[in-house]
Amino acid sequence: MKNNSKRDLFPGALEMMILRTLRGQPLHGYALVQHIKRTSRDLLQIEEGSLYPALQRLLKAELVKADWSVSSTNRRVRTYRLTAAGAKHLLRQVSSFERMLEGITRVLATGES
Amino acid sequence: MNWLRQLFSRRRMYAELSEEIREHLEEKTEELVARGMSREEAAYAARREFGNVHLVEEDGRDVWRWPSIESFFADVRHALRTLRHNPVFTAVGLLTIAIGIGANAAVFSVVNSVLLQPLNYPRSQELIALHQIAPGAAGLADFRNGLLLSPSMYFTYAEQNRTFQALGVWVPGAANVTGLAEPEQVRTVYVSDGALHALAVPPAAGRWLSQADQDPHGPERVMLSYGYWQRRFGAEQAAVGRNISVDSRPREIVGVMPQGFRFLDADFDVIVPLAFDRGKAILAGFGFHGIARLKPGVAIAQANADIARMLPIWMDSWSNGPGTNPHIYETWKITPTLRPLKQEVLGNVSDVLWVVMGTIGLVLLIACANVANLLLVRIESRQQELAVRAALGAGWRRIVRGLLAESVLLGLMGGALGVGLAYAGVRGLVAAGPTDLRGVSEISLDARTLGFAFILSVLSGLLFGLFPALKYAGQRTALALRSAARTTSASLERHRARNLLVMGQMAMAVVLLASAGLMIRTFEALRTVDPGFADAQHLQLVRISIPDSLVAEPERVTRMQNEIVDKLRAIPGVSSAGFASEMPMEGFDSDWDAIYAQDKTYADDEIPPLRLYKHLSPGFLQAAGTGIIAGRDLTWPEVYGRRPVVMVSENLAREMWGSPSAAIGKRLREFPNTPWYEVIGVVQDVRENGVQQKAPEIVYWSSLPVDTRWADVWRTMTFALRSDRAGSQSFLNEIRQAVWSVNSNLPLASVRSMQEVFDKSVARTSFTLVMLAIAGAMAVALGMIGIYGVISYSVSQRRREIGIRLALGAQRGDVLQMIVREGAKTALAGVAIGIAAALLLTQLMRSLLFGVSAQDPLTFACVAAVLILVALLASYLPARRAMLVDPVVALRYE
Repeated sequence: MKNNSKRDLFPGALEMMILRTLRGQPLHGYALVQHIKRTSRDLLQIEEGSLYPALQRLLKAELVKADWSVSSTNRRVRTYRLTAAGAKHLLRQVSSFERMLEGITRVLATGES
Repeated sequence: MNWLRQLFSRRRMYAELSEEIREHLEEKTEELVARGMSREEAAYAARREFGNVHLVEEDGRDVWRWPSIESFFADVRHALRTLRHNPVFTAVGLLTIAIGIGANAAVFSVVNSVLLQPLNYPRSQELIALHQIAPGAAGLADFRNGLLLSPSMYFTYAEQNRTFQALGVWVPGAANVTGLAEPEQVRTVYVSDGALHALAVPPAAGRWLSQADQDPHGPERVMLSYGYWQRRFGAEQAAVGRNISVDSRPREIVGVMPQGFRFLDADFDVIVPLAFDRGKAILAGFGFHGIARLKPGVAIAQANADIARMLPIWMDSWSNGPGTNPHIYETWKITPTLRPLKQEVLGNVSDVLWVVMGTIGLVLLIACANVANLLLVRIESRQQELAVRAALGAGWRRIVRGLLAESVLLGLMGGALGVGLAYAGVRGLVAAGPTDLRGVSEISLDARTLGFAFILSVLSGLLFGLFPALKYAGQRTALALRSAARTTSASLERHRARNLLVMGQMAMAVVLLASAGLMIRTFEALRTVDPGFADAQHLQLVRISIPDSLVAEPERVTRMQNEIVDKLRAIPGVSSAGFASEMPMEGFDSDWDAIYAQDKTYADDEIPPLRLYKHLSPGFLQAAGTGIIAGRDLTWPEVYGRRPVVMVSENLAREMWGSPSAAIGKRLREFPNTPWYEVIGVVQDVRENGVQQKAPEIVYWSSLPVDTRWADVWRTMTFALRSDRAGSQSFLNEIRQAVWSVNSNLPLASVRSMQEVFDKSVARTSFTLVMLAIAGAMAVALGMIGIYGVISYSVSQRRREIGIRLALGAQRGDVLQMIVREGAKTALAGVAIGIAAALLLTQLMRSLLFGVSAQDPLTFACVAAVLILVALLASYLPARRAMLVDPVVALRYE
């Protein structure tokens, strides 16, 4: 699997955020990216396009599934929703991420004192 | 089968991805429009926020791919497209590679079947040749095969050993078969018990010769080769059990060896038991080749020790007759030096083949350098294409990979073509190669050769693809979308890689030409050597054997031989005729005698040096054109009168008595208790073992021994006729009639001219010469194309510069000189490097050279001169074009 080399996030971060967002509600790609941008208050500089390869990876791993439908704005959209495997994967990822974050935070804190 | 479903639904997935992205962009645009942007602005902003659409699509698709294989196929498709669009480049490149790979595959197929394949016997790694040396025996240093085995040695080794499964001795020979069709001389292998068991190849019909068949007083039996069985018995099963008359004695056929079976390197028609008479065996009689099969797990060193252990037993168990000391052989220091049978069979063929393989490998390198140069030129004209691809988001790795895929593909296609060429080439090689090469007839393009060609193709592709790829990788930072059409003058930097390649080509060409040159010098040196016989082309040879079952009484054999000579001499156009036991350079294992001189004293247990001996008839020397330096030839009255007279070679006369004339009247003998022989003539030295080898000392006996208690009459003789008609069919018919008028049961064998014998003895040298000359010619041609290509390209790049120079008043001659100097500089550097390399590398072929040093200054000077001339010519042609540049045209075009 090819890694996105020019991504400021660490590998897997985008996927994690996608899964987290989809746990709330099924969304199509455009709505998904707007939601992530909005929620992160644009702090993360995500190229909108970079979402799609990540979605393809999740599809391939069968962590999400997608269906074509017609949106409220009468637009043909592909809506993604979380699978059971995806929900489980998200739990694991989040807890391991939180541990990592805690570790980093502690190191940074000792550096200051 | 998830991946399988994915594979089939992939096209749909890609389409969905594209649609999704399109919808995304539209939705974004509409949203922006709704916020008050113009549609145009909004579309642009949407795209900017989205990022590189193609890259995103490509990355998205990548998710579904088997990454490396698929992008590889994409690369291949692209490469094929590129190659198709440049037919001239592709054709030139393909042809160059095809020749390079084809030549390598052809030579490799020879190396493979001759050197790499095991011998054609079961578990052949267990087989060894019973080779031994005897450094203490003077004269033995000239033995071509070390010290062969005597029958008593065979008995001792076969019965007392602890390390062999089977052990036997054998010797090649010839016999007359009569009663089938015309009388015919056939090639025989005489074997003891154990020899066939060692080789362990089961018979195709019937059975092996058994121990019972080796009984000298038992029934006489014989085995046939497959070829002979087919030729004479139509491959009938019923042949087994029938009798054939071998040397006029009926022998029962007990078996047939299978197709393709050879006795080491000997092709044969029949296998005859040696049937040693144990009661008559003495210590001496070292005339038999030993072969054995080691017990499993026994190393050669152990077997050597085993033989060394048995040597004292051998001396204790046998003698040379009453009153002789069996332990005199201790002074010979007989040492077993067993070697793998394969090494014995191959001899020094491997030297030749590896040298040829090496040179052909160099040719391939030169070919690669040429293709690399072509690719370098092309990548300059492809700057724009590559820049566009990079701008569209292709990573530099991807582009380099694409370039390599292109060159590997070129290599593979060239390799496929090359294998076709090799197929034709192998036929040529088999025809041109030395016929005594083992396995030459079985050479074919087998799987191993094809695998070799495949690997070579890929490696060559990577090798010549590396240059443009590295160049691209080095330049990519500076790569811009600027127009490549409007170039500034070529910088040195841009030409460095190409010049280096040409330099390498020249250097390799020097090495190849130098080795070819050394072989030419070797061949010349061989031609100027006086072999000891004259005008070989007009010396007709025919071998005739008179078995004792046909004529028993020795003197009658000689009379019959004498009669044949008289009849032969009476044939119109024959100026002289005679016969001898062996012709020079026939490759026979020679016969050796210890020779005592009357005027020398010998210690009790001293054995004087062993000398080669031959039997000959009066007139033979004259027919062969071998000069008599002092004294006179043998006469027929002396032969029939059993006069104890002998002739010796010049070198033997000098060694024993100081000068040829001093030898006349001196006396010598072959055993301590035989009569003395008077030296009546001294004969010119003959290069008995081939022109490369120094002439051995030879004693020439009469064909009829003085005392038949000591030796039998020599029954197989080669008759030599000097005639301008040698080789013509009518002449051969008359010879046959003449021989049959004496006795119609006598077959004629080995009918050929002395020239053929000579050519065969230098076959390896001429084969090497031809191969190296071909390689050298290819190298020069490729090198010339290389220089020409580089200079022409540089001229075409510098048209503007040259135009300016001319416009500013430069003389056309100056321009010519400038361009030629550029080529000459590269060539000179290459030649200098090449000479240094060649001085080292030609050391490797020292064993193939004769009469010329591996650093022969003349050869090296000529090679350097030739290559520099070629380089000057190759740069002169484009330089002339440069000289004719019209400044006005050149400047306007830019």
